[in-house]
Amino acid sequence: MMDTEVDRALLLKIADLVGKPVGAFNIRKDCGCDGRESTEHIKITGKTDKAGIDIRIADGTKGESCRIPVIITKPGITETVYNDFYVGAGCDVDIIAGCGIHNCGGEDSRHDGVHTFYVGKGSRVHYVEKHYGEGDGTGGRIMNPQTIVYLEEGALIQMDTIQIGGIDSTKRYTKIVCGKGAEGMITERLMTGGTQTAESDMDIVLDGEDSRGRVISRSVARGSSSQLFRPCVQGNAKCFGHVQCDSIIMDDAKIRSVPEIAAYSTEAQLIHEAAIGKIAGDQLLKLETLGLTEEEAEDRILKGFLA
Amino acid sequence: MLELQHVSYSVPEAGGLDILRDVSLSVPDHTLVVLTGPNGGGKTTLAKLIMGLAAPTSGRILWNGEDITRLSITERARRGISYGFQQPPRFKGITVRDLLTMASGDKTLSKDRCCHFLTRVGLCANDYLDREVDTSLSGGEVKRIEIASILARGAQLMIFDEPEAGIDLWSFSRLTETFEQLHAKGSATMMIISHQERIISLADEVVVVGEGKILHRGSADEILPKILSDTLGSCPVLSKGGAAQ
Repeated sequence: MMDTEVDRALLLKIADLVGKPVGAFNIRKDCGCDGRESTEHIKITGKTDKAGIDIRIADGTKGESCRIPVIITKPGITETVYNDFYVGAGCDVDIIAGCGIHNCGGEDSRHDGVHTFYVGKGSRVHYVEKHYGEGDGTGGRIMNPQTIVYLEEGALIQMDTIQIGGIDSTKRYTKIVCGKGAEGMITERLMTGGTQTAESDMDIVLDGEDSRGRVISRSVARGSSSQLFRPCVQGNAKCFGHVQCDSIIMDDAKIRSVPEIAAYSTEAQLIHEAAIGKIAGDQLLKLETLGLTEEEAEDRILKGFLA
Repeated sequence: MLELQHVSYSVPEAGGLDILRDVSLSVPDHTLVVLTGPNGGGKTTLAKLIMGLAAPTSGRILWNGEDITRLSITERARRGISYGFQQPPRFKGITVRDLLTMASGDKTLSKDRCCHFLTRVGLCANDYLDREVDTSLSGGEVKRIEIASILARGAQLMIFDEPEAGIDLWSFSRLTETFEQLHAKGSATMMIISHQERIISLADEVVVVGEGKILHRGSADEILPKILSDTLGSCPVLSKGGAAQ
């Protein structure tokens, strides 16, 4: 486990892992299992009919975490992995996923992670997913994650997705279905450069009375990269939904942002905001007056924006 | 010592409109100079030229004997010049603590030090340190945080562009005390653009800028009556000696 320098660097980037993880974990490397451990309350088992794992979290599990990073270190790997999470009632857990690709070859490396969450009554889940690519090969680094979440009454998921850099192509789909009093929050951070492309579709379906949904998307597009965002919040009952997309556009990049709100109940209260713009000149000037160079000021503004 | 020698500034896009014309000014170390005068007279432009936010069309700017006319903003900042914006920008994702840390140049700036700077502009660190300097803050709050960032910077020359604008009466009182204390300490040279009598009265020298040039210079006692008479003189009703009907 974590045999090479590349393994260790990728795991640090995507899951802040240094050494063996604490708590339940499953490390997937180049289509195989590179380490797995369950705990008393969190059981991880491999699927028998397809690639992937089942994670079962017992009722009332609180303050525990589960890490399930995926790393690809060889070129030419294409995989679709199915991970299903069954979170019991009354839980409060952190789940840290993420994928890192190191591609030094000429063939594409591609990981499509399909995650499905069933979150029980009154549970809270904090789900973090980081994506990162590196390597000087000509082969593409491709990730197409799909995350579907079903929230029972009073359940909550805070989903933080971060694409740090180095991913040539990504098509992301996220769907959260909220039951009565449930809350789904997605915070997306995405940076593209060079000729990279990124697409992100999201649906938050507010089915239950007093459910809430929130999308905060922040992105930076540099070089000649392109991004497309289509977040949608659908209100089918007395509910509250908010979509906020902010993007910084630089160089020759292209960004399309298409937020959508759809109400199918007179009691639905939905709001959307979207903004695309370059870094404001007065922001750069202010930081320069504090002694930063223009490049340092730009980096600091982007770092803060994507924090 | 700050010296402006025959500084002019015109705007080519506005058909060569002269904003400043042949301005010369010396500001000795550790003095407090207030620039005042009518709107559009050239005060902010003058301050921006000193910070490097604009370049003069002609003339020279010397700081501690060095010609800084062609230096970048960053280079001037690193030589000890700081500037508080009249309308500070807002930043998504940068907190008050981040801004004060950057301003101080001390990556390990403690909460106590942050608290010290914020208290001096009438803000409580507990309420503000972790807040982003974004649109969730009012104009007055952002303005006070801007001034706190200049205090954190602790530069040899502090330029404040209308620090009182947008600040409530209670905070203004705290702010004038802070300027007074800074001045008494004598560690920095201060140039404050202001129209407030209380700030003007703190000045070692008041410089009245109007029509792109220096109209008057002198102590607060000398200049305040002139400002008053200029103000009244420009009103045809009041200058007749009676109150407006």
